[in-house]
Amino acid sequence: MKTMMKMMKKLSRNRLDEFFAALAEKQALYLPVEQGEGQARYQRWSQGAKLANALNTVRSAKDFFFPQTENLVDFKMSGKTIEIIDPRTEGEDFVVFGVRACDARSFTILDKVFLVDPVDSYYKSRREHGTIVTMACTRPQETCFCTAFGIDPAAPEGDAACWMTGDALYCTAHTEKGEAFLNALPEFWEEAEEEPVKAQQEATRQVMARLPLSKFSMGSFGGEVLMKVFDSDKWEGLSEACLGCGTCTFVCPTCQCYDIKDFDTGHEIKRFRCWDSCMYSDFTKMAHGNPRLTQKERFRQRFMHKLVYFPANNNGEYGCVGCGRCLSKCPISMNIVKVAKALENDTH
Amino acid sequence: MQEMMTAKAKELLQNGTVNRVLGWQAGEFVYDITPAVFETAEELDAGFVYNDFCGNNLSKYLIKESRKEGKVLAFLKPCDTYSFNQLLKEHRILRENVYVVGIPCDGKTDGETLKAKGLEGILGCVREGDTLKVDTLYGEKILPLGEALTERCKVCRGKKHMVYDELLGEEGELQGSARFDMVEKLEAMTPDERFAFWRGELSRCIRCNACRNVCPACSCEKCVFDNDASGIANKAAADSFEENMFHIIRAFHVAGRCTDCGECSRVCPQNIPLHLLNRKFIKDINELYGDFQAGEDTESRAPLTNYQMDDVEPGIVYKRGGKG
Amino acid sequence: MIEETLIPKLGVVTDIRMDTPDVKTFRVVGADGKKAFEHIPGQCAMLSIPGVGEAMFSITSSPTNTEYMEFSIKKCGCLTDWLHAMDVGQQITIRGPYGNGFPVDTELKGKNLLFIAGGIGLAPLRSVINYVRDKRADYGDIQIVYGSRSKDDLVDYQEILDEWMADESTQVNLTIDREQEGWDGHVGFVPNYVKELAPSLDKTVLVCGPPIMIKFTLAGLKELGFTESQVYTTMELKMKCGVGKCGRCNIGSKYVCKDGPVFRFDQLDELPDEY
Repeated sequence: MKTMMKMMKKLSRNRLDEFFAALAEKQALYLPVEQGEGQARYQRWSQGAKLANALNTVRSAKDFFFPQTENLVDFKMSGKTIEIIDPRTEGEDFVVFGVRACDARSFTILDKVFLVDPVDSYYKSRREHGTIVTMACTRPQETCFCTAFGIDPAAPEGDAACWMTGDALYCTAHTEKGEAFLNALPEFWEEAEEEPVKAQQEATRQVMARLPLSKFSMGSFGGEVLMKVFDSDKWEGLSEACLGCGTCTFVCPTCQCYDIKDFDTGHEIKRFRCWDSCMYSDFTKMAHGNPRLTQKERFRQRFMHKLVYFPANNNGEYGCVGCGRCLSKCPISMNIVKVAKALENDTH
Repeated sequence: MQEMMTAKAKELLQNGTVNRVLGWQAGEFVYDITPAVFETAEELDAGFVYNDFCGNNLSKYLIKESRKEGKVLAFLKPCDTYSFNQLLKEHRILRENVYVVGIPCDGKTDGETLKAKGLEGILGCVREGDTLKVDTLYGEKILPLGEALTERCKVCRGKKHMVYDELLGEEGELQGSARFDMVEKLEAMTPDERFAFWRGELSRCIRCNACRNVCPACSCEKCVFDNDASGIANKAAADSFEENMFHIIRAFHVAGRCTDCGECSRVCPQNIPLHLLNRKFIKDINELYGDFQAGEDTESRAPLTNYQMDDVEPGIVYKRGGKG
Repeated sequence: MIEETLIPKLGVVTDIRMDTPDVKTFRVVGADGKKAFEHIPGQCAMLSIPGVGEAMFSITSSPTNTEYMEFSIKKCGCLTDWLHAMDVGQQITIRGPYGNGFPVDTELKGKNLLFIAGGIGLAPLRSVINYVRDKRADYGDIQIVYGSRSKDDLVDYQEILDEWMADESTQVNLTIDREQEGWDGHVGFVPNYVKELAPSLDKTVLVCGPPIMIKFTLAGLKELGFTESQVYTTMELKMKCGVGKCGRCNIGSKYVCKDGPVFRFDQLDELPDEY
């Protein structure tokens, strides 16, 4: 991907809906919309769709590239013979608009799983077809800690990045795909000064500094402390109240474990993959036993993976982007921040 | 109340009545409370908390805790005692290993409820009379208590404990509740409208199983949905009837045993009003078999598991227009 | 259409051999009648009957076999029940090869080799044993210690008798757990037999079998003076994708399907004890 000269463009806010409508004519457009009670979800644009005010969506943007359920292959069975059918059709190009900086970073983490050899072609195809247009944050929440991973919510990554001010949407392209996004409807965009964006970034960064987790860091974790952390006596207490549900896993933008199962439609066998959770009791269950018998081991696996195993294999990068979803959504309010803080002393 | 509870817990640990305490632990923020077991006075001082955010129903944890060595002190709010009794009735909790201290509750809120009211960047929260004063990153916000409470607390059925070994504070009273209002609204809908309502709500389900795993009535050691051999252990959240069936089957399974504790809706990350399914069953049971409250006691037989000659005939469903 | 590792190839079962009351060996070729793919000893393949399941199995034939692959499979679950019930000519699906395999062309080359197997644990080792026997000049002494519950439970017994034991350059020591009529060989558990045999310390050991056998065998080897870096084993964990992505077989920073299943014991020491 070629990095472009940064050129700021803008579009008047009162033309935003018109812009979405025009863009959706050209290619599939997804954006966060309200789903009630202040929560948001990504939805394909349709007439009347309004960009959500919520800071982020309940489900992360990973769905676009790694959907919760997807058909891998079909089989037609007849006597002793099997017909193997690749069910895929050529995917369509699409734009995901309004992705936050944390979720944008999650794609680079998922890439390190799905795009390393052997490449997952299902994921790769979606990545190639998708254009990520990010939106800078202006009102971070107490649960946000993306800065712990070097993410700047005021200057998000992505193919193109946007800033929404009182009167305009500002946008700059980072990649060729981002350029294409801006060039798709040139009549909407005009050249803009960077000052309003810089002023907004400054204000956001001041809020970031006041966040309760602004000083939080996972810096003491990583591959080199593997056994120390694994053997900590704190796992028992930390996992004590864990319900063994998959909420944290499913709202997490970087969790990517999956199951592969067959479904008999009566006409054919559909082999699909679906999200799975290491928190579930059957995750490692085999015909002859289960190496993780209690919730403590399952709970430990999830956090060890993010804090230690993933960085061990990926040059120290953690399997977390600080989006804060698990902090908001865990039924018992146990999460990676609490775990990391509790275990910090066991890392040295 | 928190000081009183800590003192009571220390006393019971000290005199050997119990060897540990099941309660709530403070978190990073004001609202992220975690159920926890405390074994010493030092641990209690370091993290024990009881405030407006201690909504978690602790009863289900006693299935596991009552099987450990020694007696455990459990602080139960009035509505938690229904779940406790129901689990006793189902022989899930070993009563002799639990020392129940009933604690008063004047309604709970939680982080998600406050956020649903548009609060962003919650830093602190204090109750002042009939309001909640919330300190946020973006300034101070005042919320009337009536708006800040969780749904289940807004329709609280009373402050009376169904069971306890000891009570802190005054014995409360049962009170009238408007908890069936929404069920009635759903009943008044046409089947198509009702179907659309539930399709809309349940389509958000992510099959995380939080509702099931938190539910005190879901205490099967191996859930049919986790059992590959059952043929319905489908993990895929298919955008079809699949996830709907999960919730409907679960509602059937807990019918007559659900105490309406509301944990299912509290934990749902997608804010699906799952309690409405259970309340429909509760309302129907009340209407068909006479008023019944699961968990009110530990002896009575539940209407759905107790055949009587004058039980309502299945045909009643047709008499009501075939729409159940 | 893009080549995708999760989409299997067609395989045909051309022969089924009943090895023991609960182990059958299946001969598999691709749809074109040729070997489905090449592999190195110790690698695995995902076999599946669509609608029943898919699971990882050791390839038990040697790569030197240019015509087909073999899988010795113990009946122990839904899929294996189905496999045991099928007839010759049945199509299945196959994908692979997966895993690292034994370092036959590097660390093991030129070494004196001691194979220790228990029960179905012979499956992954059989591939290596036949490989090194076919490339006999590249390796030193070959000794095989193999045991199972009874004579009837010895997998590939006929091959052991006809080929391995008939070969002077291969030392074979068989044992069964309990006395049995018609058995005049050694009786006793594998770990004890290994200690009795007291193999020389210049051997590189490849051990595979039930976890409890592996545990006691390793302890016995250490008593004899072997070091952990001399001993290899294979691990088995639940696997779904086979390519290190689905997360099932993740232990520590390793994925057993990709970084294993073959590990040296000194490498296992660096992993959490979750297998």
